Amino acid sequence: MTGTIGASVKRREDDRLLTGRGRYLDDLDLPDALAIAFLRSPHAHAKINSIDVDEALQAPGVVAVYRGSDLMAIHKPLAPKVQHPMLKELPRYPIPCEEVHYVGEPVAVVVAENRYLAEDALELIDVDYDVLPAISSTAAALAEGAPLAHSDADSNVAVTLTQRCGDAEAALNSAPNRLSGEFRVMRGGGHSMEARAVAARFEPATGQVTVWDTTQSPHYARQQLSMIYEMAEDDIRVIAPPDVGGGFGPKAQFYGEEVVVPWVAMLLGRTVKWVEDRQENFVSAMMERGQTHRIEVGFDDDGKLLAVRDHIEHDQGAYCAGLQVPSITTSTVPGPYKIPNIHTELYACYTNMVPTSSVRGAGRPQAVFAMERMMDRIAEHLDLDPAEVRRRNLIQADEFPYRVGITFRDGSPLTYDSGDFPALLEGTLDKLDYERCKRERDQARAEGRHVGIGIAVYVEGCGLGPYEGAKLRLDNRGKILVTLAAAGQGQGYETVYAQIAAEAIGVDMDLIEVVTGDTGRIPFGQGTFASRITATAGPAVYNAGHQLRERLKDTAAHLLGCAPGDIEFDGDRATFAGDAEKSVSLQEIARVANIGKHGITLPKGIKPAIEVSSYFAPERAAYASGAHAAVVEVDPDTGGVKVLKYVIGHDCGNVINPRLVDGQVIGGFAHGIGNALYEEPVYDAEGQPQAASYLDYTLVSAAEVPRVELFHLHTPSPLNPLGAKGAGEGGTIPAPAAIANAVEDALRSIRHRGGVEDGRPDHSGKQPPGGRARHRLEGDADGARSATIQRSPRIDYAPVTPHRVATAVREAGH
Amino acid sequence: MKPGRFTYHAPRSLDAALALLAEHGDEAKVLAGGQSLVPMLNFRLAQVDHLVDINRIGPEFAGPKVTGDTVTIPALVRQRVLERSAEVAAVLPVFAAALPQVAHPQIRNRGTVCGSCAHADPAAELPTVMSVVDSTFRIASARGTREVDAADFFQFHLTTALEPDELLTEVAIRVPQPGTRMAFKEFATRRGDFALVAVAASATVDESGTVTACRIAAAGVAPTPQRLHDAEAVVIGSTVDDEAIAAAEAAASAAVDPTGDIHATAEHRRRLTAVLVRRALAEIKGDQS
Repeated sequence: MTGTIGASVKRREDDRLLTGRGRYLDDLDLPDALAIAFLRSPHAHAKINSIDVDEALQAPGVVAVYRGSDLMAIHKPLAPKVQHPMLKELPRYPIPCEEVHYVGEPVAVVVAENRYLAEDALELIDVDYDVLPAISSTAAALAEGAPLAHSDADSNVAVTLTQRCGDAEAALNSAPNRLSGEFRVMRGGGHSMEARAVAARFEPATGQVTVWDTTQSPHYARQQLSMIYEMAEDDIRVIAPPDVGGGFGPKAQFYGEEVVVPWVAMLLGRTVKWVEDRQENFVSAMMERGQTHRIEVGFDDDGKLLAVRDHIEHDQGAYCAGLQVPSITTSTVPGPYKIPNIHTELYACYTNMVPTSSVRGAGRPQAVFAMERMMDRIAEHLDLDPAEVRRRNLIQADEFPYRVGITFRDGSPLTYDSGDFPALLEGTLDKLDYERCKRERDQARAEGRHVGIGIAVYVEGCGLGPYEGAKLRLDNRGKILVTLAAAGQGQGYETVYAQIAAEAIGVDMDLIEVVTGDTGRIPFGQGTFASRITATAGPAVYNAGHQLRERLKDTAAHLLGCAPGDIEFDGDRATFAGDAEKSVSLQEIARVANIGKHGITLPKGIKPAIEVSSYFAPERAAYASGAHAAVVEVDPDTGGVKVLKYVIGHDCGNVINPRLVDGQVIGGFAHGIGNALYEEPVYDAEGQPQAASYLDYTLVSAAEVPRVELFHLHTPSPLNPLGAKGAGEGGTIPAPAAIANAVEDALRSIRHRGGVEDGRPDHSGKQPPGGRARHRLEGDADGARSATIQRSPRIDYAPVTPHRVATAVREAGH
Repeated sequence: MKPGRFTYHAPRSLDAALALLAEHGDEAKVLAGGQSLVPMLNFRLAQVDHLVDINRIGPEFAGPKVTGDTVTIPALVRQRVLERSAEVAAVLPVFAAALPQVAHPQIRNRGTVCGSCAHADPAAELPTVMSVVDSTFRIASARGTREVDAADFFQFHLTTALEPDELLTEVAIRVPQPGTRMAFKEFATRRGDFALVAVAASATVDESGTVTACRIAAAGVAPTPQRLHDAEAVVIGSTVDDEAIAAAEAAASAAVDPTGDIHATAEHRRRLTAVLVRRALAEIKGDQS
């Protein structure tokens, strides 16, 4: 049976998840497990003078208490995931001994009979700190004479990276038009429903330790543990439970807690479990997003881009867990546009806040925000329709593969594999009914309402290397077992990889079982991140499936006395095409080829052990693309923003399961709306988190996520046999840009209210955007001339919260 | 996020509850719906030695009563019960307007009206409504009973007139006079959040359309619900015409002195107060805006 690829097969996982039978890490029955709790620093930056644990050790139910200095065997820096020779690396220890660098950093660990008693004991640990000055923004980090985020560093700059194509400086200087803007994107978190968790059991008899970890990358965790513990990888089994309640990036990183928990299990010879609670998650799970862009564009009078220059400050947090995010940012800036001259300059800064790493979108939303806000301002400057400005700059469908001229984070030249950006934009605008939306916007403006339209287009590097693998085996019950190294966090791997295997082998999906995320089952793997698994593990399963099909046919043909080409599969049987009476079941095939007869020679021609492994290493990243379009209404009196309509155009190449792709896109959109309008883990100037619970961190709920209409385009990737790209992040990436563009457009009408030049109120809405009140940005040569003209409110931040809207309206003089 | 050690009490009568509070008052907290207290205990923002769970003190505390000219809301009336009470809505529809904005249904199913008042979060909806209706807070302890009005009950951020040994047994609200209209307006970041600012307003209009009595209170701008007396004063004697509404808006803006936080600047809160006063009065007048 074929045709399972591309079908909206229902998720195998949902029945158990929807009926409360999912088994998350805390649900695993680990008899006599002790509970672990971490004492965390209350200071953003402080020297540790001493830690007194005597009283805690005497507390009821306490089994052990360890400081960093009690665990010197594992006092080794955790390596950044993505390195750079220029990176000034500062050691991130599992538990630091001398100095803490963010609120939430572990300073001691308590092992007790249960979590209540462990938390009671935490209160009895006495830490003597000398509080040091803290850095809580990139601006503070880069300020002259700034205090150091790490006392022993020589600066707060982790790395400065420049990407160049052409000569942006010269092109900007000679460009007929030049605009600049400064945009800030705030931090945001992953907020998976299940927080992090690690449990470990040591088997003294074998010297092996089993680690259950809610990680996205069990093989990476095992490799790191092997190096730190100086143990053989085969003695460490890392299992990501079959149900992990969301990943979104933070669980793709490797944390000190993951080192400490199994180590404690080995020290005590006891099973231990640490389940991060939400309070800890707020101050210790990695975040992302914090960036400031000072972007400048040069363009001709038709709006064609001549050059872009972007100066990017990236908030790396207290430690560098890797340079993947800022690297992705720099290469995402050019997006879907033909830009002959590109210059990006990255300043990744150490600050005294939770370290940052990827969160769904991973450096892309910030770049898209900066670029797409500028595309709107070009349109405003030239009195052009924002869609038209984009049209004039898009890479055309016949220009692939398209070399952008700079390097992607996978190390290869940024080369778009395929896409059709014009069709994507037009399809999205059609779905929105753009012309009608513009008429309705103008009508609303005439009625004194503030309605605006925003568009954002992006390109997303996905399907990254180095490789991912799959092992397919005919098991002795006659089922086919697909084993993936990658661990799922709810994406539907059990369904999707059964679809791919079924298609490749040519058998019914019901015969296929999928297991994931267990280093004991498959030796090599990378992990679930960067929207990469469908485009890497997918081809691996597909290729392995074809090989397994040949093995099955070959064995059946020998048993039935026919040619392999005459074999067809029907249900669980391999049948001779010419005679349905001649058939053999998969279980019979297993009995012959896998089980055999003890000590007896295999029948002639039968090859033993029906198992295939396949690893797929893409030549380079694939590039998904998309366009978002939003219509919003803004209430300038309250700062409230209401999304009236939202369309997502999405191209992730060939699709395995359309329903699951829709789910990914809409789920990603929920994250995007959070970044666009709501979420911000605010820190004060002393580095104290101000929004460390859901009371203050305004995570979106279903009520805040507007209805969204989807438009799909499928331009296959030529880089893998499935033609697949990634679908996990496209819903998120351009949402802040589209919303901010729409809000700024909505507020554009209020510039007329106070009267421009003629001083008369004008609610007609007839005036084209920009009009007589053409805005000049700071640094613009015409700035002085335009100063007398009232400008419309500027939306330079994400998220666009009510108070930011209110402030923008007020600062614009209304 | 696990609470510290405490002794849990589940008294079976009001007298038993009051006896426990008399014995442990300073080290005790009353548990009703637990929607604020339990998170605070789990965060260890609050630590208590004794938790007095009043959920079993008797069924007579579970339902609102409308008798003659008084609505009484005893200690165990869930917010959701009040929200859905047709009997109460007939005489005090403002509760049905305000309560859907209190958190989420799951929380209102458990959270009590008296509990929200006793918790006294200055951005909460119910204390603000209680400040514009004619409410009396009935308080009991082993020492006896007493009554205070809203202005005296709400004293400061999370602080009320309740002594450690006292229990808020019910809130009694006088049914408004004929010709009274009320409105509740709120602006919150997300649905169900505490208000950035909320405004409750009540106006009684005589046969000529002139306002004879008016109360306006705002949440989120002061350590307690803040009555906006100057705004009330310009509405009284008016017909809630545009001029009066504009004057009330200006008076409200001048009267509040909010503090800024990560969710809203002081200036934004001041502006919201004025806007919500305008919208509340417009609704009372009958305008759709």
